[in-house]
Amino acid sequence: MSEEQPASTAPATHPGDEFERQPVPEHALKGPTAFWGMYAGEHTAGTEFMIGPLFVAWGVSAFDLLAGLLVGNLLAVLSWRYVTAPIATRYRLTLYYQLERICGRKLVVLYNLANGILFCFLAGAMVTVSATAVGVPFENVRMPTFQDTLPTNAAWCLTVAVLGAAMTFVAIRGYGFVARVGHLAAPWMFLIFVACGLVMLGKLGSVNLVELLTPVQGHQSRIGFWGVVFFAWFCNAAMHIGMSDLSVLRFARKPSYGWASAAGMFLGHYIAWICAALLLVYWVRHKGVDPSQGMAPGPMVWDAVGWAGLICVIIAGWTTANPTIYRAGLAFQSLYPRMSRATGTLIAGALCTLAGLFPAVAMKLLDFVGLYGTTLAPVGAIILVEVYLARRFGLLQDWAAQTGRSFNVAVLLAWAIPLVLFYAAYFGWGVFPSYLTLPVYLLTGALYLGLAKWLNRLESVPVGR
Amino acid sequence: MERVMQGLAFGALALTVVPPGLFLLQRLGESSMKAWLLVAAVLWFVTAPWALKGGAR
Repeated sequence: MSEEQPASTAPATHPGDEFERQPVPEHALKGPTAFWGMYAGEHTAGTEFMIGPLFVAWGVSAFDLLAGLLVGNLLAVLSWRYVTAPIATRYRLTLYYQLERICGRKLVVLYNLANGILFCFLAGAMVTVSATAVGVPFENVRMPTFQDTLPTNAAWCLTVAVLGAAMTFVAIRGYGFVARVGHLAAPWMFLIFVACGLVMLGKLGSVNLVELLTPVQGHQSRIGFWGVVFFAWFCNAAMHIGMSDLSVLRFARKPSYGWASAAGMFLGHYIAWICAALLLVYWVRHKGVDPSQGMAPGPMVWDAVGWAGLICVIIAGWTTANPTIYRAGLAFQSLYPRMSRATGTLIAGALCTLAGLFPAVAMKLLDFVGLYGTTLAPVGAIILVEVYLARRFGLLQDWAAQTGRSFNVAVLLAWAIPLVLFYAAYFGWGVFPSYLTLPVYLLTGALYLGLAKWLNRLESVPVGR
Repeated sequence: MERVMQGLAFGALALTVVPPGLFLLQRLGESSMKAWLLVAAVLWFVTAPWALKGGAR
């Protein structure tokens, strides 16, 4: 898993904001290795230590896990290659600028708010994961299990609060340093996952993955093959079909650079997840842990590979939480342009630390990632309709930019109606969120087509991008 | 100097997977394996700026 960038609703003013409101020029395009490296590093994060064991806790069978991840990750790569990359290299604009041209500035601010809040919860999950590693040397810290939703004890709260405060401080003052450490740590972190897997195979006394990953008798499976497929496909839905990665792939010379996402999917979301799953398999089989209760990642990694593992969990959590806090801060800042970036980041850091105190988000990460993707991905359907169908159906493209309006009601309704139905299905019937990502996405696209034709029909500005 | 550091960096990566591999084959004890992994971690973070484009250097 990974995180995305916040929308910008103001002209680029800081040196990191490159070509935010103009197509990327030829001289700024990058070669393929930059993308292979970026995707490989970005998708080996602290949360991978949670996702692998959660599959074991959910009683996913060996075949469903091994084959489901293969198919789901392949579909995710195909989405990056054939949905995101062609649009990114055709227009070379960020998602946020494209959205602003379609929806208007005010609606983009609403998207930013949703983004910022979800970022805080995601960063909170990363703080939780890191805290399970920091807490290992301290006996008083009671580690959360997969069933815990509330803070476990005062020592746990203190650990999370110190870690969250440190991460927020660094996000405000020294973001560049953490980004550099993350860049340097990426290859080593992936190999620590591999090391955990090898050690677990040694401790379990078998290299037969199918036998090892078969759930213990009587452990009811919560999701099957298709659940794994849809989760693997849509855990980064906001980035591929949701078009957030337009911001990255607009620097690609050719759409074929979209294949680089395979590095992230098959190293981070296949090998790393399976290695992390083996950690819990060992604790269930040899230490008698109840699989549905699970075990926090810190103690499992400590037991497997010692200090190097703890360092890895802390760095993996820290280096992914930090940019997330930073970006959430920017998203909040965009709501109130007079607010300083430091204040925005402080608010985001406080929210993220508060979320980190409650293990609910990290321990229900399979659900949360589905909610996150399904909430943000539908805006990608709006872009798809604009690019491929608007002209054919006689819609006014870039409605806000063409009319000078700042709020496109058709987009709001097309986004909100399927989401209301989705949240009703999730909270009412407990449907696994990843099953609904595609229906919500398609419904958003169809609704936008109809609503834009109906609500924006009176406009008489010429069609064309 | 640069080539030496690059060599050490890749050595550190090898040292991150070889000891667990030897542990799997029962050729190395658990405490030794963990000690080597810590050495590899330190070595990697010292030398990685020379091995990766866009590193701290």
